[in-house]
This record gives sequence, structure tokens and C-alpha cells, in this order.
Amino acid sequence: MTLRVFIPADAAALSVGADAVARVVAEAADRRGMAVEIVRTGSRGLLWLEPLMEVATGQGRVGFGNVRAGDVAGLFDAGFPAVGHTQALGRVDELPWLARQTRLTFARVGVSDPLSLDDYRAAGGLRGLAAALAMAPGEIVAWVAASGLRGRGGAGFPTGIKWKTVLGAAAAQKYIVCNADEGDSGTFADRMLIEGDPFTLIEGMAIAGVAVGATKGFVYLRSEYPHAEAVLRRALAVARDGGVLGASLLGRGPGFDIELRMGGGAYICGEETALLESLEGRRGVVRAKPPLPALQGLFGLPTVVNNVLSLAAVPWIMTHGAEAYAALGSGRSRGTLVVQLAGNVRRGGLFELPFGISLREVVEEIGGGTRSGRKVRAVQVGGPLGAYLPASLLDTKLDYEALAGVQGMLGHGGIVVFDDTVDMARQARFAFEFCARESCGKCTPCRIGAVRGVETMDRIIDGREREKNLAVLDDLATLMTDASLCAMGGLTPLPVRSALRHFPEDFHRPAAVA
Amino acid sequence: MSRYPAWSVEDARDVVRHAGSTADAVLPMLHALQARFGFIHAEAIGLVAQAVNLSRAEIHGTVTFYHDFRTAPPPARVIRLCRAEACQAVGCEALVEEAARLGVPVDRAGAEVAIETVYCLGNCALGPAALVEGELVGHLDAAKLRALVAGCDPATLQEPLS
Repeated sequence: MTLRVFIPADAAALSVGADAVARVVAEAADRRGMAVEIVRTGSRGLLWLEPLMEVATGQGRVGFGNVRAGDVAGLFDAGFPAVGHTQALGRVDELPWLARQTRLTFARVGVSDPLSLDDYRAAGGLRGLAAALAMAPGEIVAWVAASGLRGRGGAGFPTGIKWKTVLGAAAAQKYIVCNADEGDSGTFADRMLIEGDPFTLIEGMAIAGVAVGATKGFVYLRSEYPHAEAVLRRALAVARDGGVLGASLLGRGPGFDIELRMGGGAYICGEETALLESLEGRRGVVRAKPPLPALQGLFGLPTVVNNVLSLAAVPWIMTHGAEAYAALGSGRSRGTLVVQLAGNVRRGGLFELPFGISLREVVEEIGGGTRSGRKVRAVQVGGPLGAYLPASLLDTKLDYEALAGVQGMLGHGGIVVFDDTVDMARQARFAFEFCARESCGKCTPCRIGAVRGVETMDRIIDGREREKNLAVLDDLATLMTDASLCAMGGLTPLPVRSALRHFPEDFHRPAAVA
Repeated sequence: MSRYPAWSVEDARDVVRHAGSTADAVLPMLHALQARFGFIHAEAIGLVAQAVNLSRAEIHGTVTFYHDFRTAPPPARVIRLCRAEACQAVGCEALVEEAARLGVPVDRAGAEVAIETVYCLGNCALGPAALVEGELVGHLDAAKLRALVAGCDPATLQEPLS
């Protein structure tokens, strides 16, 4: 009987040696004349255990964590699959980290071969698209609206309303644009979904196309993700060959196709109008709104611009119903949240569960505190434009409104943990430095304000006229918040002000003696 | 010796033609040119401008806007080091200091090896992280960085050094 071994090919798993493990498993099996089939999967998201190898047994899939190439021979000698081995974790599905999750969007990630359309179908894939094809466009849009799905890119705008606007716009050509320019530090869910289950995204985009009457889609993927690029290129080809994309959708309708476009290493292109400029071949300079992209988007035509996770949530909603999705969550945040836990954390990774979990549960229970073993001092939620929250606010719930309630934002669901060695004045300075480097330059508050912010923070850190410079900082933050054209300049004050509010002592330290 | 073939206008024209002919193909064209030659040669700007019927100034603007595009040949080895918040939280700035001690240029031109800052490689739970010749290296530390600077195959540095 062939032994099935699952080894992730997710970029994070590769970064700690998954390829070497796969190679050595194949060699060891050959040498022993054992029939072993190695399936390269995405990652389950238990990133601190990567490379996490799984072996199919009569009792389900058992896992082996932090496997090194040098461990493999020992695993074979112990009578592979060596369930009693010291690295054995038992049944992977029963690990607490996975058992407490509600995986809807990520149900297949890390489980099956991301490029097998047969596996995708067998695991329930394409049912959402089939359901959508049997419905009227307005009905699909009504379902998505009823599900309560809100944009997962950060702004949290109701997806159904956006789709309705595009559906209602009369045009010969409309577009679906997937924003896969996942630039926020601490976020990697888009990357993991594309590498681990690209057909879910493809299906979600196709459903969006059917819903609003678009026949063409683009995925704008950041160039820092070469592994995701490779997987998605192959997945698109497989989908075309399998009749999922192309002149017709599953043999019906006017058809839908997707083109993959790579970004150029500019953070601002995650902003939807800058992204559209970039797709059109220009510098990624933000457009003024209105007009909304829903009415005048790509090439001036009605365009749905949605984040990877928003689009990837749609197949589940179409398969299981809007009510089932809306039944999960808290307050006005419906469905599931994909948390990405990163930075100085003992158990970092990705997990999906209904909105409403507290930051404390995430950082302390799921994450196990810091990797360094020191005290948690700050967590930044929502990427480089998100607030730094102190340990005293860890009981904040993770949903759109609760985060806004503590002057923060949920963003794309990334949480970066810092221990007590962090210097929050330095982090505030970095927020401006990042904005200065990545600003598109179109509006003055962002272009000039970011540079002035760095200079002002330098004076504060150096202890030069601190009180006066703190007043300048406050002024600058207000101006950038109120007058910037987009969220880049408008939200850069969020990490700065939260650092100052919650960690004022770091802004009043004796200046270092040169 | 360079990993890339020498600049050739004929080859460049081929590369551009393959990438399309409309204005929205500018980024694909530039990516394809850089993949072929390692950088965007000054003469390539005119080729792209002509292919899509835009001014050279517009193409120059696009080339210089994006961090990805180089206008000079790259060093033999580029270490793209993540210096965003999640990697800051686990000490990436100490690696920048280590690079300085080793005399490796950071965000400056270098002939043999250079470090280039990148903000996020999506490996935020296993940082510090670097991308070298298409290989992502996690849990980067000073020893791994020195090995990368010395020219080691990045794929051999993914497992922890024992």
C-alpha cells in the first residue's frame, strides 16, 4: 500500500526547510523500496511547527512538527509513520490550535494538493459557482449582501453594496479586480490562500463576474510573493484546461477569464485607485474619489475591486447560504476573521474563526506569549497603518467596531507582537519613515508630512525642545489625518498617536549621549 | 560573471513585443526586461515608449516610481532583507548592523553583494526573513546572514544551522 505523506510547499514552510525534508523523504523511501506518495500542500497555518509533515494513517493524518532533513532517516527507522516518535504530534485535526478554529475560507488550505482540480471538486469546490450560475445576478448580489460580508482588505466596506453598484452600472465591459497586493507587515493570509488553495480565489472571482456581469478579471499580486505567483499561474492554466475559466464557465454563461499581473514593489498599490493606475501601466498614484471605482474603475469602466479574502469567502457563502455565514461573528462583523499572528510570538501563524475573539486570547492562549519569553509590551493590529495597543487593552475584541472603539483598526487581520525591549518612539518614527518612502506623492499632507514627521521624531528622540516638538507632532498628525487624499497619509498618524498615547514614557527618555 | 546576458536592443525588442502592445502592458514589459537583463537599460525606455505609444518621460516616470526596477546592473548577489514591523520585533535591525560590520552595503550599490530593504515578504511568523535568488530564508540570524554574504546557496540555509 502506498504511504501518503503531506509536506507543505507554502513559502513560510519552505523558508525553514520543507523542500529539503521532501527531498530526503523521497530518497529514504526509494532506498527502502517503500511506496510513498509525497503530496505538496499549502500550510495548515501552524507556522511555528513548520516544516509540519503529515502522514495518512488508518486513524487519520498524524503530524510531525519542526522536521529536519536529518530527522527523516530516524522516522523511517522507527517504522514509518512512527506515531509514537518524539516529534509526533498525534492527529493534526485534533491539535488545539486547529480544533478551535472555524475554517471556512481556509478549509482546504494545507489539506490537499492546491493544483488538483479533482481534489478541489471532491472537497466541495465549484459548488458555489454552480449555484451562482443557476441564479439571477441580482439574487447573487442579494445573497452576498445578506451574508454581511465586509471587505477584508481593511476598509470593511460591505461587499454586497459594492457589487450592487457595479451590477447597476450600465457598460459593455466590466471588470473584477482582485487586490492581492498584501503589503501590510504581519499579514500573509492572501499569500497562504493563493499558495494553498488558489481555486477558491478563482471561483470567488468567477462568481463575482457572474453577479455583476463582468467577463474579465485581474489579480494584482505583489512581486514580493514569487511562490504565490508560480502557484497562481499554474492554477489559472489548470482552471482554463478544466473549463472553469475561459469562453464559458462550467459550460455555461458568457465565460470569464483572469489575468495575473505583478506589482512593482510599491506599498501604495494596495490602495485600490493606485492599484488601478498601476494595472493601467502607470505610476501607482492615488486617484481622487469620486468617481468610485465601482462606476469608473479600470480603464474608466465599472469595476469590483476586492481583497483576496473577500472574494475567497464568496464560494462558501454561495454553497452554504448567506444565513449560515451571517450566523457567525459579533456585532456588525459577520462571518469569520482570518487572524495572522506574527512578530515576537511563540506560536505564530494563521487561524480562522468567527469575529469576536479577544486580543488576549489570540496573543496569550493561541500565541503563547512572546518568542523571546519576555513580557508582551505592545501589539500592532492592522499593519503599518494600525494602532499600537498596550497590554492593558488586550481584552479588546477583534472586530471592526471594537478596534475602532480603542482608536485602532482591524485592517487585514495582522497582529504583530512586541516584547518589552521595543522602543515606541522609534516605532513612531518608523511609521513616518515608511510613509515617506511609500507615499505616492500626490497630496502634500502625506508627501511632506511624512518627511516632517521623521524630522520631528528625531528631535523628540534627541531631546531637543521636546514639548514644542510634541506640539508640532500633534499638529502634523491632525493635518495628515484630516487632509490626506487616501489612507496612507490619513492613517500614518494612527500608529504614531497610539504609541504616544499608550507609551508616553518612551517619548520622554533621556536622550542618548553621543 | 553576471547571471544575465549582455544588453541587446534586438533581444529587448523581442521581449517587449512578447509582453503586449497596449499601455497597460508597461509593467509586464518592464518586469520581462528586468528578468532578461537584470535591469532596465536606458535604451529600453525608448523601446517601451515606442511600443505603447507613450512618451519616454512617462515610461521613465513609471520605471523610477516602483522600487523593483533597477536602472543599473544588480550586484552578483542581492539579499532582500525584510525590515518591516514583524521582522523588527524579532531583531532584523541587528542584522542590518551586522551587515555594516561585514562591510556589506545596505540600499547602496555594491559589486559583489548588497542588502536591499524590503517591507514584508509575508513570512511574518518566522522572521527575520530574506529573499535571495528566489529562495525565502526564515529565522535569519547573524550566522545565516554571514553565510549568505559569503555566497552560500540560500536553499541550504533554510533549515536551522546546527
